Amino acid sequence: MLAFKKKPIVELKRVRKVFKKEEEQELLVLDNINFRIYESEIIALLGRSGCGKSTLLRIIAGLLNASGGQVFYRGNLVQGPAQGIAMVFQHFALMPWLTVLQNVELGLEANGTPKQERRQRALKAIDMIGLDGFESAFPKELSGGMRQRVGIARALVVNPDLLLMDEPFSALDVLTADNLRSDLLDLWHGDSEKKSSILLVTHNIEEAIVMADRVIILDTNPGHVIAELKIPLAHPRDHQSQEFLKLVDQVYTYMTSPSAFATAFEAPEVIDLGYRFPDASISELSGLVETLAELQKDQAVDLPLLASEFSLDIDDLLPLTEVLDILRLATEASGDIKLTEAGKAFAEADILDRKKIFAEHLLKHVPLVKYIYDALHEKENHRVAKKHILEHLEGYLSASDARRVLKVIIEWGRYAELFAYDDKSGELNLENPE
Amino acid sequence: MATKLRVFRNNQFTNWQFNVWDVIALGLIFSALVLLAWSAIQMSAPYHVGEVLPISLSPKYLPYYALRTVYHMLVALFFSLLFTFTVGTLAARNKHAERLIIPCIDILQSMPILGFLSITVVVFIRLFPNSLLGPESACIFAAFTSQVWNMTLGFYQSLKMVPYDLREASAMFQLSSWQRFWRLDVPFAMPSLVWNIMVSMSATWFFIVATEAIEVNNQTILLPGIGSYISLAIAHKNIAAILYAILTMLIVILLYDQLLFRPLVLWSEKFKLDGKEEGAYKPRSFLNYLFRHTRFFRWVGEWVASFCDIIINLPLFRNPSIPRQSFAVRSRPVTLLIYVWYIVLAVASLVLLSLLLRFVFNTLTVREALHAVILGSYTSIKIMTMIVLCSLLWVPIGVWIGLRPKAAYIIQPIAQFLAAFPANLLFPVAVILIAHYSLNTQICLTPLMVLGTQWYILFNVIAGTTAIPKDLIQVTQNLGVKKLLWWRRFILPGIFPYFITGAITAAGGAWNASIIAEVVQWGNITLTAPGIGAYVFHATAVGDFPRIALGMGVMCLYVLLFNRLIWQPLYNLAEKRFQID
Repeated sequence: MLAFKKKPIVELKRVRKVFKKEEEQELLVLDNINFRIYESEIIALLGRSGCGKSTLLRIIAGLLNASGGQVFYRGNLVQGPAQGIAMVFQHFALMPWLTVLQNVELGLEANGTPKQERRQRALKAIDMIGLDGFESAFPKELSGGMRQRVGIARALVVNPDLLLMDEPFSALDVLTADNLRSDLLDLWHGDSEKKSSILLVTHNIEEAIVMADRVIILDTNPGHVIAELKIPLAHPRDHQSQEFLKLVDQVYTYMTSPSAFATAFEAPEVIDLGYRFPDASISELSGLVETLAELQKDQAVDLPLLASEFSLDIDDLLPLTEVLDILRLATEASGDIKLTEAGKAFAEADILDRKKIFAEHLLKHVPLVKYIYDALHEKENHRVAKKHILEHLEGYLSASDARRVLKVIIEWGRYAELFAYDDKSGELNLENPE
Repeated sequence: MATKLRVFRNNQFTNWQFNVWDVIALGLIFSALVLLAWSAIQMSAPYHVGEVLPISLSPKYLPYYALRTVYHMLVALFFSLLFTFTVGTLAARNKHAERLIIPCIDILQSMPILGFLSITVVVFIRLFPNSLLGPESACIFAAFTSQVWNMTLGFYQSLKMVPYDLREASAMFQLSSWQRFWRLDVPFAMPSLVWNIMVSMSATWFFIVATEAIEVNNQTILLPGIGSYISLAIAHKNIAAILYAILTMLIVILLYDQLLFRPLVLWSEKFKLDGKEEGAYKPRSFLNYLFRHTRFFRWVGEWVASFCDIIINLPLFRNPSIPRQSFAVRSRPVTLLIYVWYIVLAVASLVLLSLLLRFVFNTLTVREALHAVILGSYTSIKIMTMIVLCSLLWVPIGVWIGLRPKAAYIIQPIAQFLAAFPANLLFPVAVILIAHYSLNTQICLTPLMVLGTQWYILFNVIAGTTAIPKDLIQVTQNLGVKKLLWWRRFILPGIFPYFITGAITAAGGAWNASIIAEVVQWGNITLTAPGIGAYVFHATAVGDFPRIALGMGVMCLYVLLFNRLIWQPLYNLAEKRFQID
């Protein structure tokens, strides 16, 4: 092991984070996170949306306080933004009223670098990242990819030890993201001087494997590390090589069926009233079922294949497969997915029959739908205020989650024609709108 | 890199070509400097209460008076900005201060400025005895009170809306509070600040007569300025002088527009977060042209820029400000301080309330209070009626204009100009007509209240119609949606948020205008329409402080009531249901 010879730049010890939404209501988002970041390495923090990876990044950045545990930067406890840690933001976070040059100079201005030197270093950074000629442009004149280049130049110009990147390519289109990723890697590998380490937060599995030396995989509810993976491949990495594809498959397996690898204390998750259903719209669900039906008659479909074929993120794909699994329209295991008989019937059916199948499965497998349905039938006037359901749900979930989940459930229920909802009165009912 | 820069500089100097615009620019700057210095000297001339300052109705003095008025307004604007930056920032950054400041400003902005004036003028005259600086300060203070509240509120609201990732970025790069203020907060608030400055300046014009012709100890101090000129012209029934004054104000407002507002609006464009809207009205500016096309002005611009750079990077308040989500653990002394702050607040407000009640009810009876409340209801009925009538008139016209981009391009700036023009200059015309035909004053004076503020409805409706996406218009054409259905299902819901904003502004302005619109004078003719505005006006004229306080209090109450019960719910509805995103 080479690792123990190097000094860690950042060390996380039993970090946990609790968000206090309201009085008495606490939501544990991160629990018992331990890892180290060494010099000159790239680490990818991989996880689905809602696993707290961005929160973790902000704790390391000193933008948020941890509720428990410590973060050390070069041996000192992190209590606020530290000099030497820079950050690249998902939506760039450029000041729209400053030119490219002024934006890049911002960090230097803050640490009191004299004007001459400031200008020189900023121009050099702009040159390096390939923005020469755009110095006097304003961010709104630039495309997304160019803006993120400014964001990267702005972070690199202060010569950070550690570069934090918060899903830096996810707001860009696929081609632009690819281009910027490889440019950044070239820059990083070509730089002979002291390299800054990079901590990259992402939900894109291929991105993590292309870039990182190590991949740390987080799982949700609460966010915790389920696996750490070394990527021993040499740069530049070939997306199509056997080793690469094997690693992708491995990560998918970790992410789709954590129970297979999780330690004994984790019981398989039960779908109860307070299950945190992900956002999955009807059209996306039907679309996926149709696609699965077309792709494979009776075999399981490889998720990585599906993702790359339709250039879907795991953040787009996994919520859908999860819901199909819960509804028993498909079964999901070890990075594969397969339609059930009901799923196949759904794919074949016309609009009205689809609604019937969907309604039947909703009532059977989603307790919250059953709860609302029963409540509406028990009441004489067949009306229930959304507020009541929400209050009940908040016994299980945080207020914002409860609102989100109920919104999803109402969409499903409306589609299945199990109940209706009137936004004006805020009531769920059994009527059809006249 | 360094050599590249130097070449750039040399280049600039060798290519120096003196052009005509440079001459104009130089002339402008120097004359402005000389004029401002001269009027500043005039302002500090010795003065004793009781002395009558000579005001002449001869038009040749008007440029001088105009200059004095401009001076009052600009000094007031300077103090308004200072107040905005300090108090607005305090309210946005400190939630304990916020709880006091924001409701206070909310109330203050619904208070008529005349009331402030009669109370503060005495203080200022004591402060600067034997100098014209006393009344001048009072005048500037009155102008300040007519400008500052919406600016501060707007700034505060902007600071509250600074995007979270920009705040995080500035914390990440460890900007000090001072740097963050100038690099993030102020630029972000700039578009709304510029807009509010424009609205504020119109408000000041509207009250120009009241601020310059100051009533104190039952006598009138006429400070040199357009306002005093108008007041004298009205007293002397001099129509020619009124026309001269109107002409002068027109020129001054045009100059303001060209030299101050247009450049500001253009400049603030770059602070907007999203890209420019397609086809939106873009003002052109003479001054911007100068800045872009003259070497001299560009040189000035660069010099100013590097000066600002130095100021922004002063090593002040070095601690970076961090946006915190979670509750930080507070030290005990701070907690104690917070408790003391609330206790002091509570005690102070109790004492003040009892003092106020004692003061008002020692000199006034319940009957009097009831009388004021009834007068208030007269004024509210009049204002609501006028808003409804104006809407019926301007909504169709605004929609018509808004659907025709060329017409909108021409009319939008005119409507904005009319909103800035002090409509009260036309009041004498109304008096002459009403007196001549002996019409009902209660009815005929009512339109005067919205004469100046109705334009807000018009140009908001125009803006709303222009903002409706083209494809929605095409859909209605495609489906053959016409006539009543087109209005009901399409255009009215489409412009609703804009219309409501316009109506709120118009109604707010109308309340303030009621003080000078319910009592109008022309020489020895005085026409009064019963209402709370007239009540305050009369109380101010005789210096009856308890009645001023009562009148202002009642008016405030009505304004707050209207805001909470009618405008706020409508506004929320507009935001929730009718926003096109």
